[in-house]
Amino acid sequence: MLNYIVRRILYAIPILLGVNLLTFALFFMVNTPDDMARIHLGVKHVTPEAIVGWKAEHGYDKPLFYNGAADGLETVSDTLFTEKSLKLFALDFGAADDGRDIAREIGQRMWPSLAIALPTFLVGLLAYISFALLLVFFRGTPLDTAGVILCVALMSISGLFYVIGGQFLMGKLWHWFPISGYQPGLDAWKFLLMPVLVSLVAGIGDSARFYRALFIEEIGKDYVRTARAKGLSELRVLFRHILGNAMIPILTGVVVVIPRLFMGSLIIESFFGIPGLGSYTIDAIQAQDFAIVRSMVFLGSLLYIVGLVLTDISYTVVDPRVRLE
Amino acid sequence: MRAAIFFLLFVLTACSGPVNSPYATVDAGKSIVYSAFDERPKHLDPARSYSENEYVYLGNIYEPPLQYHYLKRPYQLEPLTATTMPSVRYFDAQGRELPANSEPARIAVSEYEIKLKPGTRYQPHPCFAKDAAGKPRYIPIKAEELAGIDKFEDFKITGSRELTSDDFVYQIRRLAHPRVQSPILGLMADYIVGLKDLAKTLGQAAKAQPKEAYLDIGKFGFDGAYVVDRYTYRIRIKGKYPQFLYWLAMPFFAPVPEEVERFYRQPGMAEKNFTLDWQPVGTGAYYLAENDPNRLMRLERNPHYHEDHYPRDGDPGDREAGLLADAGKRLPLVDTVVYALEKEDVPYWNKFLQGYYDASGVSSDSFDQAIRMNADGEPDLTAEMRDRGIQLATAARPSLNYMGFNMLDPVVGGLSARARKLRQALSIAIDYDEFISIFLNGRGLPGQGPIPPGIFGHKEGLAGMNPVVFEADCARQYLSPPLEKGGRGDLTDVTSVQAPEKSLGTPTPLLQKGGETQEATCAKIKRRPLDDAKRLLAEAGYPNGRDAVTGQPLTLYFDTAASGPEAKSRMDWFRKQFAKLDIQLVIRATDYNRFQDKMSKGSEQIFEWGWNADYPDPENFLFLLYGPNKKVGAGGENSANYRNPEFDRLFERMKDMDNSPERQAVIDRMVEIARQDAPWIYAFHPKSFGLRHAWVKNAKPNMMAHNILKYRRVDPPARAAYQAQWNRPVLWPAALTLLGLAALIWPAVVAYRKRQKATAHA
Repeated sequence: MLNYIVRRILYAIPILLGVNLLTFALFFMVNTPDDMARIHLGVKHVTPEAIVGWKAEHGYDKPLFYNGAADGLETVSDTLFTEKSLKLFALDFGAADDGRDIAREIGQRMWPSLAIALPTFLVGLLAYISFALLLVFFRGTPLDTAGVILCVALMSISGLFYVIGGQFLMGKLWHWFPISGYQPGLDAWKFLLMPVLVSLVAGIGDSARFYRALFIEEIGKDYVRTARAKGLSELRVLFRHILGNAMIPILTGVVVVIPRLFMGSLIIESFFGIPGLGSYTIDAIQAQDFAIVRSMVFLGSLLYIVGLVLTDISYTVVDPRVRLE
Repeated sequence: MRAAIFFLLFVLTACSGPVNSPYATVDAGKSIVYSAFDERPKHLDPARSYSENEYVYLGNIYEPPLQYHYLKRPYQLEPLTATTMPSVRYFDAQGRELPANSEPARIAVSEYEIKLKPGTRYQPHPCFAKDAAGKPRYIPIKAEELAGIDKFEDFKITGSRELTSDDFVYQIRRLAHPRVQSPILGLMADYIVGLKDLAKTLGQAAKAQPKEAYLDIGKFGFDGAYVVDRYTYRIRIKGKYPQFLYWLAMPFFAPVPEEVERFYRQPGMAEKNFTLDWQPVGTGAYYLAENDPNRLMRLERNPHYHEDHYPRDGDPGDREAGLLADAGKRLPLVDTVVYALEKEDVPYWNKFLQGYYDASGVSSDSFDQAIRMNADGEPDLTAEMRDRGIQLATAARPSLNYMGFNMLDPVVGGLSARARKLRQALSIAIDYDEFISIFLNGRGLPGQGPIPPGIFGHKEGLAGMNPVVFEADCARQYLSPPLEKGGRGDLTDVTSVQAPEKSLGTPTPLLQKGGETQEATCAKIKRRPLDDAKRLLAEAGYPNGRDAVTGQPLTLYFDTAASGPEAKSRMDWFRKQFAKLDIQLVIRATDYNRFQDKMSKGSEQIFEWGWNADYPDPENFLFLLYGPNKKVGAGGENSANYRNPEFDRLFERMKDMDNSPERQAVIDRMVEIARQDAPWIYAFHPKSFGLRHAWVKNAKPNMMAHNILKYRRVDPPARAAYQAQWNRPVLWPAALTLLGLAALIWPAVVAYRKRQKATAHA
């Protein structure tokens, strides 16, 4: 297995390099360093000298990929791509264009993101699987049909509707929670309950439908009939045998997201005023802060790869027949 | 189930205040102003920041020599850290002093002398901290000590010191610092003696040393500003530039002590986000106690704030409005100001209605809920807002939004009669009154010229009407009040209303009544009829929107940075306006970067842009049409690339003049030229609508001042009472939800048990 993991890590290097290259190319296809300077210098009294000065100060005065004015290795190393992107492989994110240290920001903002994502993930997993197993238990009955219709209805509604609806009902009309905002420490709970509830309700439709489909596939198999014939209760059959055997497809979708939980949710964080990494990325895109955008894309890619490796490893845990070679 | 109910009750009763309060319960009842921000500030360095959303903080932390009077209009400058208004002396090219009334052409240098109030002190800050030996405690700071400091509050020792004239001179030098990147360096280098050379020298010096090394800007020669004594300094300006006084009320010219730079430029500081750009140091009424732009910014009362009092006089009506109730009181009037991050309009508005924000603007989404138009067409509060005790304040912003023509364009540009008439025709046809009504909910005033209301040179009513686009609405005036003879107005008396003259230059219409011609006192104005625009278009060589020579339809191109679905209705409206003259409009929507690029290259034809006043002087608007200031080639702010020799000559004369009838006459002529040439369609001046709760006192809109928080007062007990009243939790939906869940679960449980007990056969 160790060989397998090492090989996957080595595979990750060209993937990350490609992602980096793509991000870099896309960003500078849309924005030139002059554009970035104008954005940061404002709209009034911006002189060409000021733009040149800003670029020099922030290191955007170099060629993108090839420095014809340099000699030897510097033709490649003394370029914007090398300077700005390759340092990421050492997890050196550098400073944002407004001067703030990116690693520090990520360290601060991952906690609010996690505070929402973790309970949503854990409670959601429990609730969605339980609900799906309940539907499977009542399969073929009007209750199952009603449940599936409910799921389809819920998954057909835009996520934004749940956010605004939740804020309107629980925040504005019923005064249960603050409509938006965040406080660190113990006071955080009252700001987190509503976004977590909204996220849970918003996710129940498609998740429960997906899990139901997996369980329905399992329930007709021989081992289930054998379990029932042994006299096991239906609860035990569902939660132990069916759930256990449906774990591989569940893990495929679940484990891969675990490392990225702290990356946050763009919509939820923006609407509820949660200062997490999701809103950090959105703000950076709006401010055309390439330093943050490239860091977050790199981090997201890295964690996705980690998630995939973890998923593979988790297969060996839930299914002893699987070997990673 | 019991646990859930218990938890809900616990949650709803655990707090002493309303459970949905977004603030810490310990702050309840304190003298705090609550507000919000929707965009994190980029810069808090006074030499670098040039944005309204940053001045909200900086204006209250830093103190330049001058400030705007809080209550008086038109806006008046008054001393802040200075003892009196600056005195100015003029010198010729040989350095000989000139009399005050000298011709501007003879003046080579103006020297402003600023005398400071003794005893002004800085906020507590670690850069001023001293050890037992009287040496700076944290300058230099050891790497291992800095390693143990994570937050700014971890600097346990702070100090303060008196403000001196050195700090002001140091800040002026900082404008030329290559690492500060001051946005006004280019502008000020043209005015402050030696600043351009200083910038060049500092740039070379910075290149010659490692990037992290401290650049001692004080040791380089610079005679644009110098210290006379501990409380006096002088600034030397090239030629005569009376508007410079307004710059002295902006944070760019606020003091920054050298030890602040020395403190923040130490190795390792920037990596911890300890920079002057994020942790400002000032003498203002407040200091930035908490700087978390991801969540909130908290300003606390500066314990060392100097003696400062609420104004004792204001405008007529201010006393009646309660704005002088605190006259003479020591400032600031509140201890803390909290700005919470609120990116979306809807949560902001709802929290304002719940009483958690003291004031709010009026967005388009909430406009109908908050504002109704009364019988006179004036904005008024809805009954719902009045029931809550909310108050409305409106003010015209010192801004202008315009549609510009690229004067370098072969079709719409140039000063030929053909192009001028085309622009005039479009100025009439594009109905910005309708635009204001549809897209701004009435929050704007139709533009009559380049100078907005509230700025010297602007004229109200008929006297300020743009006769190219508007005409007096005499018929309406004639009908409205009862006439002295014959009671109510009788239309049959009016034999004719004089048609507008073809020259489009006569603002005063005449009424012929009973065969006798008399001058009407028309109070209202209306847009000229579309026929006038069509006639002008035909005279321009495009009858019915077709080129008279080629017969080809006239197609114009509108460049805009507004794209996406939200801009579609606006673009459709523009197409419709041009179609009124049978002109085809092609919208070239692009992102802001491409738009800027087009503007700098002059490849646009028609565009929309705006300008907010830096200071309340007509020069700050008329310079946007000054030829040498054109965008293409010179990189200036004259985005239309307009150049009229007479206008330029008058501008050069006007900019050096003090406000006087002579200056007004020059401005009138400049405005007349700009109206006739029509390089812009003077679209509208935005109007600011502000709502505030009953517990907020001393809130008078001031569009120029940035240090207004010190005048604000709140009534915390009243706020707490309103918040409690407006935020009682509604519990029945929770009970209903739990009952609903139980109703769903119970049959499932019953069915499960039934199935478990059933036999295989069953």
